[in-house]
Amino acid sequence: MTPVATHTSAPTLVKGSRAARSTITLKILMAASGIVFIGFVLVHMYGNLKAFAGHDAFNEYAHHLRTFGEPILPYEGLLWIVRVGLIAALVVHVASAYALARRASTARTQKYAVKKNRSSSLSSRTMRWGGVTILVFLVWHLLNFTIGKINPSGGATNDPYNLMVDTFDLWWMTIIYLVAMLALGLHLHHGTWSALQTLGLTGTAAARTRAKTAGWVLAVVIAGGFSLVPLFVLLGVISK
Amino acid sequence: MAMTDASGTVALNQPSVQTSDDAAGYYTPGEPIVDAKAPTGPIATRWTNRKFENRLVNPANRRKLTVIIVGTGLAGGSAAATLGEAGYNVKSFCYQDSPRRAHSIAAQGGINAAKNYKEDGDSVHRLFYDTVKGGDYRSRESNVYRLAEVSANIIDQCVAQGVPFAREYGGLLDNRSFGGVQVSRTFYARGQTGQQLLIGAYQALERQVAAGTVTTYTRHEMLDLVMVDGKARGIIARDMVTGAVETHTADVVVLASGGYGNVFYLSTNAMGCNVTAAWRAHRKGAYMANPSYTQIHPTCIPVSGEHQSKLTLMSESLRNDGRIWVPKNKEDCDKDPRDIPEEDRDYYLERIYPSFGNLVPRDIASRQAKNMCDEGRGVGPMVGDFRRGVYLDFADAIARLGKAGIEEKYDNLLDMYERITGENPYEVPMRIYPAVHYVMGGLWVDYDLQSNIPGLFVTGEANFSDHGANRLGASALMQGLADGYFVLPNTIRDYLADGPFETVTEDHPEVVAAHQAVQARIERFLSIDGERSADSFHKELGHLMWEYCGMERTAEGLRKAIDGIRELKREFWSNLKVLGTADSLNQSLEKAGRVADFLELGELMCIDALNRRESCGGHFRAESQTEDGEALRIDEEFAYVAAWEFGTAVENDPNEPQSSMGTPVLHKEDLIYTAIEMKQRSYK
Amino acid sequence: MKLTLNIWRQADAAATGEMRTYALDGVSEDMSFLEMLDVLNEQLNAKGEEPIAFDSDCREGICGTCGLMINGQAHGPEVTTTCQLHMRSFKDGDEITIEPWRADAFPVVKDLVVDRGAFDRIIQQGGFISANTGSAPEANSVPVPRDKALRSFNMATCIGCGACVAACPNGSASLFMGAKITHLGELPQGQPERDQRVVNMVGQHDHEGFGGCTNIGECAAACPKEIPLDVISQLNKDLRTALKHGH
Ligand SMILES: Cc1cc2nc3c(=O)[nH]c(=O)nc-3n(C[C@H](O)[C@H](O)[C@H](O)COP(=O)(O)OP(=O)(O)OC[C@H]3O[C@@H](n4cnc5c(N)ncnc54)[C@H](O)[C@@H]3O)c2cc1C
Ligand code: HEM
Ligand code: SF4
Ligand code: FES
Repeated sequence: MTPVATHTSAPTLVKGSRAARSTITLKILMAASGIVFIGFVLVHMYGNLKAFAGHDAFNEYAHHLRTFGEPILPYEGLLWIVRVGLIAALVVHVASAYALARRASTARTQKYAVKKNRSSSLSSRTMRWGGVTILVFLVWHLLNFTIGKINPSGGATNDPYNLMVDTFDLWWMTIIYLVAMLALGLHLHHGTWSALQTLGLTGTAAARTRAKTAGWVLAVVIAGGFSLVPLFVLLGVISK
Repeated sequence: MAMTDASGTVALNQPSVQTSDDAAGYYTPGEPIVDAKAPTGPIATRWTNRKFENRLVNPANRRKLTVIIVGTGLAGGSAAATLGEAGYNVKSFCYQDSPRRAHSIAAQGGINAAKNYKEDGDSVHRLFYDTVKGGDYRSRESNVYRLAEVSANIIDQCVAQGVPFAREYGGLLDNRSFGGVQVSRTFYARGQTGQQLLIGAYQALERQVAAGTVTTYTRHEMLDLVMVDGKARGIIARDMVTGAVETHTADVVVLASGGYGNVFYLSTNAMGCNVTAAWRAHRKGAYMANPSYTQIHPTCIPVSGEHQSKLTLMSESLRNDGRIWVPKNKEDCDKDPRDIPEEDRDYYLERIYPSFGNLVPRDIASRQAKNMCDEGRGVGPMVGDFRRGVYLDFADAIARLGKAGIEEKYDNLLDMYERITGENPYEVPMRIYPAVHYVMGGLWVDYDLQSNIPGLFVTGEANFSDHGANRLGASALMQGLADGYFVLPNTIRDYLADGPFETVTEDHPEVVAAHQAVQARIERFLSIDGERSADSFHKELGHLMWEYCGMERTAEGLRKAIDGIRELKREFWSNLKVLGTADSLNQSLEKAGRVADFLELGELMCIDALNRRESCGGHFRAESQTEDGEALRIDEEFAYVAAWEFGTAVENDPNEPQSSMGTPVLHKEDLIYTAIEMKQRSYK
Repeated sequence: MKLTLNIWRQADAAATGEMRTYALDGVSEDMSFLEMLDVLNEQLNAKGEEPIAFDSDCREGICGTCGLMINGQAHGPEVTTTCQLHMRSFKDGDEITIEPWRADAFPVVKDLVVDRGAFDRIIQQGGFISANTGSAPEANSVPVPRDKALRSFNMATCIGCGACVAACPNGSASLFMGAKITHLGELPQGQPERDQRVVNMVGQHDHEGFGGCTNIGECAAACPKEIPLDVISQLNKDLRTALKHGH
């Protein structure tokens, strides 16, 4: 006979778990793609700073990016390799972020009436909105400089240096870029530490401190470095 | 004249003959018990022989044998895991939301094992000797010897499971001496040994759940034992979430339901510790042995006020460095202790026991603290009309070892003290007071851990067998795990070799009757509709027990307590108030059931204490002391185990059938020693 | 002191709950937080209102049974368990909001009581070392370096209370899992099952509906046993290693 036992242990045990299907794997993908971005933005920032060297040096650099690796690679060959890589990383990064955010929202459907934060930082709490901000910005940014080559001041678009100066001569364009950089800075402040933690590289208190410091440094260097050019254009230091 | 047993082993003492009869009228004398399973032969060979004699169960048959284990503490958790591994079909019950929360988790100090890693002269025999002597010669020697024998295997087993014991720099296990013992045999994991051992057992248990051999029933409270044809065949349990009263049948039932120290209301036990499982079995015929043997631990944080719900233990190890004192003059009791000059302090343990000083055994340290407070020299806030506390002072130790030295040794304990009292023990002496901590008494079991009900086994603190009248530090954990990992799995198979037994169906009349009785009792609690909460009855019972059946007991006090308890019991059954329903989580209802059983147990404890007109271990009868106030054991009369049978319920109480208790029947089991000679303890 | 208490009341798992407000007088500083609730319950019982259900057992901070969200903080304002929180951390006139742990993987059973069975199921999936009783070698045959033993011990002090989940904005149980992974992973005995352990535990964790970790650190800040965030790093690393080994 079966005793009347109302105890059920649903949800039951899962069978045959696969590491590749776990939330942690999604996180590892985010971290890896995030680090690709970090590498990219560092190079990108270095390129932008060429603006301080003047019109010709900047355009030379932009041209050089396209001819790099010739004749082994075709014109813009390397650039396309990088672009494909970045697009793939973006798809992975955004898709994982979306999946994790959805999970998190179903993990607590009934919210607290009162909830205090003890240790989270502004940056850690704004990762999701910050990410969306960056994404939206990215679309505009590509329209602005890469795909659409939209010159908001109506000027010529065939000269990268001039297009840039025209853009940032508009105060509101500079503001948009600065806001985006603020978002990026915040994103990197938490993101860098988070990526290192996700990759399991923060096993000791010392390593954790280092990772947090790295977050600060990258956030300041990258967000600050990118902001210099628009600011100096607006201030008239960089001009046509 | 020396007696010999069947194998020619010589007995060193005669059976005792009781001449006093303090409890006359409160009990009925019964037949003496002879442990039918008692092994014979030289003590060192008994367990080995028994393991060989006990029959085996064919591995193919094990799956068909169902074992119910009530309790997931060290005793129950380890047994469930081990029997699961062996292939039995195990059902494991606990009242908490997870097996990992059983009260074993709270043990602080450590676990003994005769490993002799320090090469300081320890051995199985010495651990055996210390434990019997520590128990004041009121335990069974064969059981204790077996305990000492398997102790070393426990450490091996736990280490293999990943229990992170303290280690030395070379990576080998560390151990320390504990509780006044002169060898180093206590293994520990900082001040959280019980937690680490229990997590080990819990993980082994959960592994078997995944393997499909063990099913856990958490938040399930056993409310009755199912007996069919004189055998234990299952339990009635209430699902505490849905309120469903369920029948679970099995081939054998194991109770590992822990101790009942909460009968005193305030104790170091967890809030949920109870006697219900054991008491329900007792009511069905299982003997309750030495119920009055209670251990009162000397170093606990004193009561702070009326609303106190429990007491917190401060590990015994503090006595290694702290000095205990009270003011010499009553007038100084409310002064800041730091302002009391050295010459006005009475370091009473050092004064009375110059050779052991602050390290006297628990029972003695506790009783002396009580004596000081009774003299009016207690310290701390007034609770009622008394100050209940003595100082445990670290000033000298801080001067000697530095604050850092003390921090390293006791940090988490001193922090816990500060959290609870709000006082900084590095600056002001700590205040401590004895509190109920452990019960040596429990259900009677034979050498195979089987009670007098066939098919009902009892392990851990719930049984009575190994600690006599006083338990040494670090030996309850040892016993729980010895029982669960090594003893029970080897003895239960002899019983199960006759199984599987005929299936018991749910409509079997005895099952139906048990089920109905449980349901009726629940309905009764909900329908009394009086004025008082179960908790208030519990508190009142606790006061009576502490006052009259606590550290010092007298015939007069015990009689008073029995009257008081009977009175309280009557009021309980007519003036209880339990709100809510039976078919949902109802903590007041759970509490009511437990208090009802505590009320009956309390009465039996007093009767047992009244009958035992001697002082032994934790049981101190004021009538039996030496000239200088030390415990006086009377072996000629009391070298026996008092096993109580539940008196048939009296029928003159038709309104309250669930509360009526007949006169209990006393069965005596003589304690005969062949490997150790009885001596009076002395710590002067 | 006198307090105003906003407490979540919910009859059972299926019912919709609500916050209810109670006034309580005569609270003393020396009471523990749960003793304060005991007093309230005694008064409710006398008035004929069903007492508030909340979990506790050891009341000394070791069993992990208790756990309340107190003014938005898991276990309240101190780094300790709810049962070890004392009223001297509050002051006269305070308003205190008390809620159950909130996570879909910890459904409310009644009032402030939740079901944390998910933790047991995570352990079932690998939170152990397989060592059948009787099969153990002599304890000192495998030395464990002291620093590893210490780290293992520190992580083994997790009491399974669930405060980490309650405090985490993602409802993740990574700290709990990381503590177990690190406890067993630091020991030589824990090596043979190491990859399988992390894969299965994480699989069950995800299956139970806990969220993924975003390394925010609310868990470690709420943990009464001060389990540090680096156990999550360890967890991630172990999973990465298992991935590499093809699990
Ligand atoms: C504060 C403290 C410190 C201690 N320190 C030490 C020490 O350092 N060394 C040492 O050796 N000993 C120590 N002890 C003693 C030791 O911890 C206990 O004696 C031992 O752990 C008891 O284990 P157990 O398995 O028998 O019972 P427990 O661990 O109490 O388990 C009882 C189990 O039974 C279940 N249960 C009970 N009733 C029911 C019911 N009606 N229905 C269903 N389930 C039920 C419970 O859910 C639980 O799972 C200490 C005790 C305390 C209180
Ligand atoms: C230049 C662009 C970007 C860079 C350099 C970057 C970098 C990073 C890094 C390093 C992380 C940490 C990963 C981890 O936690 O392990 C991260 C996390 C995150 N990123 Fe980005 N990212 C960028 C763009 C975006 C975009 C476009 C989105 C948009 C939707 C986004 C959304 C997120 C979110 C939500 C997280 C947090 C996820 C989590 O911690 O679980 N990021 N990012
Ligand atoms: S990690 Fe900390 S907060 Fe989480 S369950 Fe363990 S003890 Fe509780
Ligand atoms: S009740 Fe045990 S930890 Fe709080």
